[in-house]
Amino acid sequence: MKRRLIFWVPLAVFSVVISVVGFGLYAPSDRAVRSGLIGQAVPDFDLPPAMPGRPGLSSAALRQGGPHVVNIFASWCLPCRVEAPQLDALARRGIPIDGIAVRDRPQDLAAFLAAYGDPFRSIGADTDRRVQMELGSAGVPETFVVDGNGVIRHQHIGAITEGDMAAIVTAYEAAR
Amino acid sequence: MRAALFGLALLAAAPALADSLLPAARYADVQLADPNQERQAKALMETVRCLVCQGQSIADSDAEMAGDMRSLIRERIEAGQTPDQIRAWLISRYGDWVTYEPTFGPATWALWAAPFLLILAGLWLARGRFKRRGRG
Repeated sequence: MKRRLIFWVPLAVFSVVISVVGFGLYAPSDRAVRSGLIGQAVPDFDLPPAMPGRPGLSSAALRQGGPHVVNIFASWCLPCRVEAPQLDALARRGIPIDGIAVRDRPQDLAAFLAAYGDPFRSIGADTDRRVQMELGSAGVPETFVVDGNGVIRHQHIGAITEGDMAAIVTAYEAAR
Repeated sequence: MRAALFGLALLAAAPALADSLLPAARYADVQLADPNQERQAKALMETVRCLVCQGQSIADSDAEMAGDMRSLIRERIEAGQTPDQIRAWLISRYGDWVTYEPTFGPATWALWAAPFLLILAGLWLARGRFKRRGRG
């Protein structure tokens, strides 16, 4: 009897392998690359202003004055246009947005803000993408919530839609 | 006429693949002057995953972000960092997923240990076989 049972072991192992592979094939793929810095302090950086008349952004600024919503965007990025109304809505709620403009030019940025709204308190120019990589961000747009001590608490990957607003606001309130 | 209009429409269409208007980063497509440093940088690039294309290394990818990452690696090698330091920095930002050469850690030890465990299991199975044959 014991001998008979052992013949079923290979089939059992095979079924386990097949179900693992099958599950992996049919599960919706999550291609988002999350930052490894969530729960850690914002790395040091100091970005110059991306356009005249608006301050740039530094890690020192993020470590003071309560929580911050940091939006990594670019005028050449199409999904950034999609999320612009949501950023405006956040700003109207009294949540200031600090921007990091990736590989952008002042004139393009000005045209983008004129066309799609301007919720930004400050915009740093990340011309060589160094700060984006420093933050562990893999694309535009991405949004980070940084708490009052300069610790990264939340990362949103991709355009912010209506449905994502609650999560951002909750993360911002929790970061107070 | 219709073909001409179609051609015009194609010309006028904005490319869906968005890249910025700025020129490529300094060392995106420029080799380092020191061949030894360039060799180290190239070897590292071939084992770092492009984050926006997926399934390609940054050495193979034409994506703008891959160019920025190549430039970052070359600049850090030039500044005297070792490939291992740069890989560790990338992993701290983007997770194990960014490297094609998995490191040994809590999540990956099974990957490294599996071949040896399987060989041991095979030897153990074969041992039983040899014993039986010897007796018969």
